[in-house]
Formats: sequence, C-alpha cells, structure tokens
Amino acid sequence: MKLRLDKPWTALTAENVARLPGQLGVYQIADADGIIVHIGYAGGRSRLGLRSELQSELDARGAGYGFRVEVNMQYASRYLELLMLHRADTGALPRDNAASPPARLGRLSPR
Amino acid sequence: MDFEPSAEQQMLIDNVRRFVREEILPLEAKLDPDAAELDPADHARLVEKTKAMGLYGIDIPHEFGGPDIDIVTRTLLAIEMAQHRAGLYAPCYGTFGGAGLAQIFEANEDQKERYLYPTLRGEKKAFFGLTEPSGGSDPARAIRTRAERKDNGWVINGSKIFISGADRAQYGIVFARTDASKGRGGITCFIVDHDTPGFHVRRVVHTLRSSSYATELEFKDCWVSDHQVLGEVNKGFAVANDRLTRQRIPYAAACIGVAIAAHEMAIEWAKMRETFGARLAERQAIQWMLVDNELDIRTARLFTLQAAEKARRGLPFRTEAAIAKLTASEGGWRVVDRSMQIHGGMGMTKDLPLERWYREMRIRRVGEGPSEVQRMLIAREILGTSAR
Repeated sequence: MKLRLDKPWTALTAENVARLPGQLGVYQIADADGIIVHIGYAGGRSRLGLRSELQSELDARGAGYGFRVEVNMQYASRYLELLMLHRADTGALPRDNAASPPARLGRLSPR
Repeated sequence: MDFEPSAEQQMLIDNVRRFVREEILPLEAKLDPDAAELDPADHARLVEKTKAMGLYGIDIPHEFGGPDIDIVTRTLLAIEMAQHRAGLYAPCYGTFGGAGLAQIFEANEDQKERYLYPTLRGEKKAFFGLTEPSGGSDPARAIRTRAERKDNGWVINGSKIFISGADRAQYGIVFARTDASKGRGGITCFIVDHDTPGFHVRRVVHTLRSSSYATELEFKDCWVSDHQVLGEVNKGFAVANDRLTRQRIPYAAACIGVAIAAHEMAIEWAKMRETFGARLAERQAIQWMLVDNELDIRTARLFTLQAAEKARRGLPFRTEAAIAKLTASEGGWRVVDRSMQIHGGMGMTKDLPLERWYREMRIRRVGEGPSEVQRMLIAREILGTSAR
C-alpha cells in the first residue's frame, strides 16, 4: 500500500459513482483544479460502502469535482493517516475537513 | 484464596457495570464500529460522572490523588470496563482517566514537575518507546537504538515500531542502548519531548486493530540533556521490565471482560435461535462450546485475580502475571471465536461487536509479550533458572 493516494481523479458523476464497489474504505474529493478539499471514509455503518458515501458527496456538492478511492478495511486508521499526511505535506487540513477536524489528530513527519 | 468480591468491591463493580450499560453502550451504538473515541462533549460529560463516582484517575496512585483502590479491586473493575465494543483497547473510552506511564512515577522532582503532574492533570500525554524493528519480546538484546554522550547530554539514533500514541503525545519514554558491551545492563531510559529536533513520527502502522493505531518512530541525531534521563544511566531495563510485568494484569483483565461479553451474547443467541426445529441451546455441539467458554473465562479470571492478589500483598508475581496473561489472551480469543461460530453469519458482520473483538483479541496473543514468551517465563520458574 502506498503511503499517499495517487490514483488519477475520476469525475464525481452519477455514472462513475454507480460503478463503485460497496466495500469499505477511504476517499478523497478534489475541486476542478485538483486541490483536495475533503478526505472521508466509508465505515462499518455506511449503507453501501464507498458507493453510498460518494453518492452522498455527489448529492451535496453537485458537478465539478473529482474523486479517488481506496478499498481498505482499516478505514479508521487509514483515514486519520491521510489527514495527517495532508497536513504534513501542505501545512493544513483539506478545506472541508478543517471545518470539523477530528478531536485529537496526531502529527506525522513522513519521509 | 477467596476471590468472591467483598461488599464494597461488589458495590463498585455494580456502579461500573451500570455505567457501561447506561452511559457507554447507548453512545457506542451510534458510533462507527471501529471508533476509539467519543464525541468530546460526551467524553467530558462522562468524566464528570466518573469523578462523581470517585473513580476518576483510576490508575493514579492514591498518594498522587487517585482513588484508594487496590490492584485486586482494580482488576475486577477492569473486567467490567472492557465489556463493550471498544472495551479491549479503549475501556469506557478513557472516561475513567489515565495515569500516564507507570515509569514516570519514578522520575526525580524536576521531572515530576515537568511531566508527571501535567500528565495527571490531563495536560500532557505520553508514549512508551520500547519495541524496535529488531524485536520487542527480548528488549535486552533487541534494542539497537543507541544514545551517545555529547555536550552534557545524549544523542539518540535509531528507530522504534508499534508505538501507540506517539503522534499525539507531548513526550515519550524511550529506551536506548548506552553501553553496547553490557546487554541488559547497558540500556538507559530517556524522556523525549515531541518537539525535540531529530524526533520523527514517520508513519502509521496499520494492523488488525483499525481503531487505535501504532506508529513507527525515527530518532536522527536527536539530542537530549542529562536532565532527560529517567532513573539511572544503564539501568533502564529494570524500568521497562517492571512495567511489562505489572501491565500484564490489567491486560489480562480486559481480555476476560470482552470474553464475558461475547459469551453472554452467545448464550442469549443460543436460547433464541432455532435451526432444524430446535433451539441452538438444545444442541449438544452448542452446549459444549458454551461450556468451553465458561471454563476458559473462569480459568482466566482465577489466574488473573491470583496474580493481582500476590501483587497486592507485595509478593513476587512475575510467573502469576505470565499465567494470567497467557490464559486470558488465549482463552479470551477462543471464547470470542466460539461465540462467532454460534452466531453464524451474523457473527462475522460489523452489526455485532464480535468481529472487532476477534481482530483485537488476536493482537492480545502477541501484545505485551506473546504467548510463547509467557510460556518461556513460566518454564523458567518450573525448571529453575539453571535450565535457561
């Protein structure tokens, strides 16, 4: 498993979301410029895993965004890791995560 | 020894049991199945309740302001506190407070002012940096992180792995080799602040336990002053070893708590579920699984309370702690496994806590000294040290 998600972005559309698996995992949302605006996860209480979570993202955001996913049963620790990595790489959390950050997010200094 | 709780112990047990059922379980039902933390507002509210119960700071020695309970009572309460989904690694989500690391109570007065008291006030958190990529069960030989004298202090170089909480801690207790020629007599314990130049939390180590993760650390020309030596130079192994022995009792108790919760679920399900025209509870195959659960739980409980009682009386309890840890982690894992089997397909789902307990209980057979090391310790006792 690579430390950072580096798959190409897929357009956040109903057609692409419908192709997603129902498994659990993590995802990132980027704006039209490819800037990560949100990191999220599909956890054990999600209705249809990544598919239903990304559908919720599409419903809330509308067109103009991209996404990428990683199927991962360790979604809870992977989600926090991605947030810490993003903060280490850019100095801040993604815009939407910064609005309601996890209570006690740790610090990473990745190589 | 009679391990029936006294009236006072039973009252405390009942209070904690009620707390778990009335406060923890309803909140937990709304959380992600792998959650390790409550919402901060809920956490703060429940901390006020544990304070009102007189049990906040449950692991803090009485002379430092903790509740006046002995280790046997603490063990009985630990069994109760673990009886929920997150209970194995986050009993009651930390609402009974923490004492920090036991070793920090050995600190000198200056270090107590800088580390112990802020930790007891909840202002600082610590990590325990012992295990290395070269091994964790045999720290005397496996520690390769080294500290060398320089400028009235020490320069630490090396790495640690499977370290919990290092990314959130304000300081850590780090073991490093200060004399390569002396084996266990060449290890020193240092207090390292998280913002010390050269200290890095390099990555999250993902394991079966998704809820609260471990990390990998790197020390790269990390200089600390002599004031950061905890205890005496070259006597750090005793500090580590004492902690590892003491830790095995509550570690075992949490395994028992989860096993009890899984077993109760299995009994309930067996009485209710019908297959081929009869309830599961009427099937001998199921009855025997439940009996084996009962035996594993009772065995682990007796051995764990025996270890706690010897510790309470100030007697050597190293072997008893090893037996407790071994029986509780191995037996507890079997109980969860059988309980899943009794539940069938539902037992595998995240709808029930069994799958999380199964994953986390698997780690318990390795954490705090794997079963094989516990057996080795017990064998030494049986055979005498000359057989080593």
